[in-house]
Amino acid sequence: MPNHSEASPENASPSNKFNLSTAELKQMAKKLRRHVITMIATAGSGHPGGSLSAADIITALYFKVLRHNPENPHWADRDRFILSKGHAAPILYAALAETGYFPVAELATLRKLDSRLQGHADSKFTPGVEMSAGSLGMGLSFAIGVALAARLDSKAYRTYVLLSDGECEEGQTWEAALSAAHFKPDNLTAIVDCNGIQLSGWTRDIMNLEPFTRKWQAFGWHTIDIDGHDFDQILSACQEAEKIKGKPTVIIARTIKGKGVSFMENNAAFHGKAPTWEEAERALKELE
Amino acid sequence: MTEASTRETYGKTLVELGKQNKDIVVLDADLSPSTMTSFFAREFPDRFFDCGLTEQNMVGIAAGLAASGKIVFASSFAIFVLCRCFDQLRLCLSQPELNVKIVATHGGITVGEDGTSHQAIEDLALSCALPGFTVVVPADAIEAAEAVRMAASAHGPFYIRLSRPKTPIVYPEGYRLTLGKAVTMRQGMDATIIAVGIMVAKALEAVDILARQDIDCRVINMHTIKPLDEASVVKAASETGAIVVAEEHLAQGGLGSRVAQVVAREKPVPMEFVNLGDKYALSGKADELLQRYGLTASNIEESVKSVVERK
Repeated sequence: MPNHSEASPENASPSNKFNLSTAELKQMAKKLRRHVITMIATAGSGHPGGSLSAADIITALYFKVLRHNPENPHWADRDRFILSKGHAAPILYAALAETGYFPVAELATLRKLDSRLQGHADSKFTPGVEMSAGSLGMGLSFAIGVALAARLDSKAYRTYVLLSDGECEEGQTWEAALSAAHFKPDNLTAIVDCNGIQLSGWTRDIMNLEPFTRKWQAFGWHTIDIDGHDFDQILSACQEAEKIKGKPTVIIARTIKGKGVSFMENNAAFHGKAPTWEEAERALKELE
Repeated sequence: MTEASTRETYGKTLVELGKQNKDIVVLDADLSPSTMTSFFAREFPDRFFDCGLTEQNMVGIAAGLAASGKIVFASSFAIFVLCRCFDQLRLCLSQPELNVKIVATHGGITVGEDGTSHQAIEDLALSCALPGFTVVVPADAIEAAEAVRMAASAHGPFYIRLSRPKTPIVYPEGYRLTLGKAVTMRQGMDATIIAVGIMVAKALEAVDILARQDIDCRVINMHTIKPLDEASVVKAASETGAIVVAEEHLAQGGLGSRVAQVVAREKPVPMEFVNLGDKYALSGKADELLQRYGLTASNIEESVKSVVERK
């Protein structure tokens, strides 16, 4: 991987180059949600619910928080965003396209043979995708490795990882939670998209995770509870996390599965089902 | 033959590599006194992470470090790092082809007294089923050091299987390993024994016995199981007309299966297999187990005789 840290202008400016206002972020999130609906309807399969719940978090990260350079995805000093809930690839692809990692038109190729946009995020093919994901519970471990590498190399980049609440049923997530508290990468911010629903129903009915925040606290993490659809809360939580030293931070973002499309909201049926074209048109109307 | 420990060699070679390259990072899962990554830990504490008993997490951390430019060695016993972590190895290392070297000690039944739960006898089948992985089983400590050095300088995921007990030295000092290039240890024209790991020394014992019976047997050390040196297999089949494959592994999916695929496709000749069949072994001393489960020089000798009869 080439080291571009010397040449890159981002070295001098530590901020996100898009730097949208809250009003602009809201509009961008709607746009990304529209991409998600169109992409999945076009593909005829996919996971709309978990992309829509994460849309505001992803929008805030890519258009306000992350120091990144879409023209140089391998810029050595970029902040890393790792999508652990790999089935939410469509919302990540939408953000990567709108920030310029690849053409927006390419979103229409999602899940098609030879597309760079695989059904679940794949770092080998898609510019800007840091980790291959899809089998749940692995992203937090990966993110710890990335954060430890920053420490070894005395680099200032920050590592963000987005988990689903459902994947916190995987034992590896808690192995990782233990080891992050042990190795103390305070350059790591985990965000859990707590939409409360997994494939076959409510998480509280299938494998209850509560008291969720207290579990992370007991594991030694700094925790911040927020409404994952409130941009001010997302942004201030990210800022707070940067100031916490000596331990990693987890942002517990309470969200609504399918957020923004009335008939998908809190509806487990749309965890892993594509909308019909008629449903997609209704959804797009709601997202205007 | 003199004997030496492949895992002790591993530990020492890691230190040597660590001195040469600051990007070498080593992970372990609470077994560093046994895997001998403890040598590296002592020398380079900042670049060593003991992940405790979180092997799956260790593989993920290794992937993250490698994705950030590190050359990562991750170690545990074969059963825990390979068999337990298959999905993590698949998604986090194989699929993205990351630069992580899984070096597992305590492979095979020679783990001995700890018994079935600790004896990895399916690890070669599993690791060969990971696209992009290079799979190496050194025959002795000299080859183990070479394999570790080669893995560090080659890009991509590796699985290297080492043993618990000391193993006979079969190479002279100064031996240089070429990945994917098998070594002909003895020339011969009546049959070929293709062996790997501890079975190489046993094959060399067997050919001496066979020579006294006027059977002139070739021995190939197939240290790199994947990618397989197909040319050497085809040459052996063409020139000797009979092949015996010897490995400390189940019958399915290991070296025997891989060699048989090449023989069947390129040059069908009679074959015999010396391996563990389809069953687990028990607790016992390593040598007792090798006797009980048919992994001795005389088992190889018998297989060579029967394969020669079928020519």
